[in-house]
Amino acid sequence: MGAGGMRFVDEFRDRDTARGVAASIDRLCEPGRRYGFMEICGGHTHTIYKHGIEDYLPEAVGLVHGPGCPVCVIPMGRVDDAIWIAEQDGVIMTSFGDLLRVPGSRGSFLEAKARGADIRMVYSPLDSLRIARENPDRRVVFMAIGFETTTPSTAMTVLRAAAEGLDNFAVFCNHVTIIPALEAILASPDLHIDGFIGPGHVSTVIGCEPYRFIAEERGKPFVVAGFEPLDILQSIQMLLLQLHEGRSEVENQYTRVVPWEGNKRALGAINEVMEPRPTFEWRGLGWIPDSAMQLREKYARFDAERLYSIPATRVSDPPACQCGEVLRGMIKPWECRVFGTACTPETPIGTCMVSSEGACAAYYNFGRFTRHRVRQASSA
Amino acid sequence: MTQRTEKEVLERIERIRRRPPRVTDERITLAHGAGGKATHTLIEALFLDAFRNPLLEPLEDQAVFTIGGARLAFTTDTYVVSPLFFPGGDIGDLAVNGTVNDLAVSGARPLYLSAGFVLEEGFPVADLRRITASMAAAAQRADVQIVTGDTKVVQRGKADACFVNTAGVGVLERPVTLSAKAARPGDAVIVSGPVGDHGITIMLARGELGIESDLRSDTAPLTELVGLLLDAAPRTRFIRDATRGGVATICNELAEASQVAVVLEEEAIPVRPEVRGASEILGIDPLYVACEGRFVAVVAGDEAEPAVAALRTHPEGERAAVIGRIADDPPGLVLVNTGFGGMRIVDMLVGDPLPRIC
Amino acid sequence: MCLGIPGEVIALDGERPGMATVNVGGARRQVNVMLLEDDRIGPGDWVLIHVGFALAKIDEEEARTTLSYLEEMGQAYRDELRALSESRID
Repeated sequence: MGAGGMRFVDEFRDRDTARGVAASIDRLCEPGRRYGFMEICGGHTHTIYKHGIEDYLPEAVGLVHGPGCPVCVIPMGRVDDAIWIAEQDGVIMTSFGDLLRVPGSRGSFLEAKARGADIRMVYSPLDSLRIARENPDRRVVFMAIGFETTTPSTAMTVLRAAAEGLDNFAVFCNHVTIIPALEAILASPDLHIDGFIGPGHVSTVIGCEPYRFIAEERGKPFVVAGFEPLDILQSIQMLLLQLHEGRSEVENQYTRVVPWEGNKRALGAINEVMEPRPTFEWRGLGWIPDSAMQLREKYARFDAERLYSIPATRVSDPPACQCGEVLRGMIKPWECRVFGTACTPETPIGTCMVSSEGACAAYYNFGRFTRHRVRQASSA
Repeated sequence: MTQRTEKEVLERIERIRRRPPRVTDERITLAHGAGGKATHTLIEALFLDAFRNPLLEPLEDQAVFTIGGARLAFTTDTYVVSPLFFPGGDIGDLAVNGTVNDLAVSGARPLYLSAGFVLEEGFPVADLRRITASMAAAAQRADVQIVTGDTKVVQRGKADACFVNTAGVGVLERPVTLSAKAARPGDAVIVSGPVGDHGITIMLARGELGIESDLRSDTAPLTELVGLLLDAAPRTRFIRDATRGGVATICNELAEASQVAVVLEEEAIPVRPEVRGASEILGIDPLYVACEGRFVAVVAGDEAEPAVAALRTHPEGERAAVIGRIADDPPGLVLVNTGFGGMRIVDMLVGDPLPRIC
Repeated sequence: MCLGIPGEVIALDGERPGMATVNVGGARRQVNVMLLEDDRIGPGDWVLIHVGFALAKIDEEEARTTLSYLEEMGQAYRDELRALSESRID
């Protein structure tokens, strides 16, 4: 918008440069060939729609949304468990804004708040500690979600709580890891993906090495991408160049932010406080081993799952819900049978429609008006 | 399953969106108060349904009627802001300016206000004095008088410190009829100043986000600015002050009522750097953030330049700008040409824009 | 998963080690910079912030390199357009 410039942001939104990159992308497309690239991260989905990036792409290049939306992949049962905790005596639940409208089987956090639960929105997990200090007679439980981008912050917050000797703070840990989700995607037989636009901010923590197997063993080019529109266009250009040159590598487009080796301190903090769960249920992807984190025994006093006997009921998705297929990139949002009819932002059935960076919400809220052509799920 | 095309799905969605709204929630949630879709559904399906009459039907921010030869505008608004005191003003300023503005944007000269207070037991009298002083000063600045009022006190815990309701009446001396239904293709959309100042100021003032800035609320009376606009652009179709729900919500209401498309230019929308910075940190869009001293107006295409020039002569209108145009297609939708060169829809949000981490 | 914003470090907190004030276009927030201890963050540095933590130091050199590479693509496009318009057969 017409405001004072934001450094490291505005330069990467320049329209004239975009035309140049778009021309380069055009040239790299082989006549008659269609390309499908999966953008894994919900933040990328959001950026693509917010800036109208698809308007710069030729007909031949299609983007598929992947499972990198940590809100979208939380099964209803875990939302119910969180609300159950929030409704316990003396609990103040803190949560990121993203979660507040996600529907559990008995309603969302906002609806639980309307019924009297003390649920407060925070920007940072550290803010939960302040609330805990200010309310010594209550227990603050932080609803922790996110991929590896966010996990170190929760871990550091637990370490801070331990250092301060806080005894009224706990975490309900729903952190998930990206690699198992990618493996689940790659295992889908019907998927036609030519390459991946990799999660830039997750990579600041885990680095670029973990994606090697995708490029080397599965033969899919992988470009770790930044979040500004030019970053995404450049990443697409780099993917096409790899395909054109017959290469299949992991490349880092987001070099100004992502170090190849990741952030050792962040990984260290995660490792000190947490360990992988044997298995975890992902919405739409089923149970995946070693795909989520839990607090170590050493930090049990901060673990909501040990402090409370949560119901842990498995709640299956409503029969009409096709979030799973959207998350795996099998169908586009508009191809879901309840998209826009029974499932809308006001009356969401699934998380893809509620989460601000869920594919369905992004498409409904931003991208619904298509000036041009029609795309079918089966083309790839 | 038949392969529906994307086009068919989008058409079906549009048909469903045109259906009359129904309230299915059992309990009121905060979304109902945010000014977005939930609020609109509540108003249309519950209140309008119960009170239905020709003056209410247009669902403008004020009712306009003629009595004994005088055209009068009548409006009301309730103020529940928390915190009560914030950089740039307090609930008293909002209570006066908000109602004055709802009258002014109909083209009326605001005359008289009522002020009703609901006070929580234990509320400091010193705070009440501050608020009342603000209201007196705001009324003087806006050239209105507070001529009647009411006070109620409720038990501790039954109200959040202090709620204020103001109702106002004004007289329409200009022969204008402004309406959300009046926009036509070729018209220009104008905003009177930078967007989002008030909403971000309040969000930051609540303290929970831990973000600081030098931002102040933009609360101000718009009567003079509206006067300048109508003098320079007598064929103005519509003016509304951008309160909760922000500029995006007004544009959606307009697109829906007039059955036109509103096409905005992202780069033309004035936003202060601090509003932009805070919005980027929180992941919210300034287009949805409340203002309290800004209006959105739709003027005839050829009157756009003189309108903006006139507004810019006033200190509150220094950054007035044309931010978009009215088109005929697709009807009922608001689109933005992004700074990057692409396009996206600006739909009405369900509730408040919530900060996100993803 | 990924709302990370570049912000400029204004000051390190004298009282609380590991905390810094970071500015994003005029909006300021306390940010934990302990994950970047090895980078020796100081005022004037730019960092990527996410939920109140600095996850990475922004490499200004790399930013320039990326931008010039992008601009080259842009320039190549403009050159081509110019060549195209200059090569019109009248």
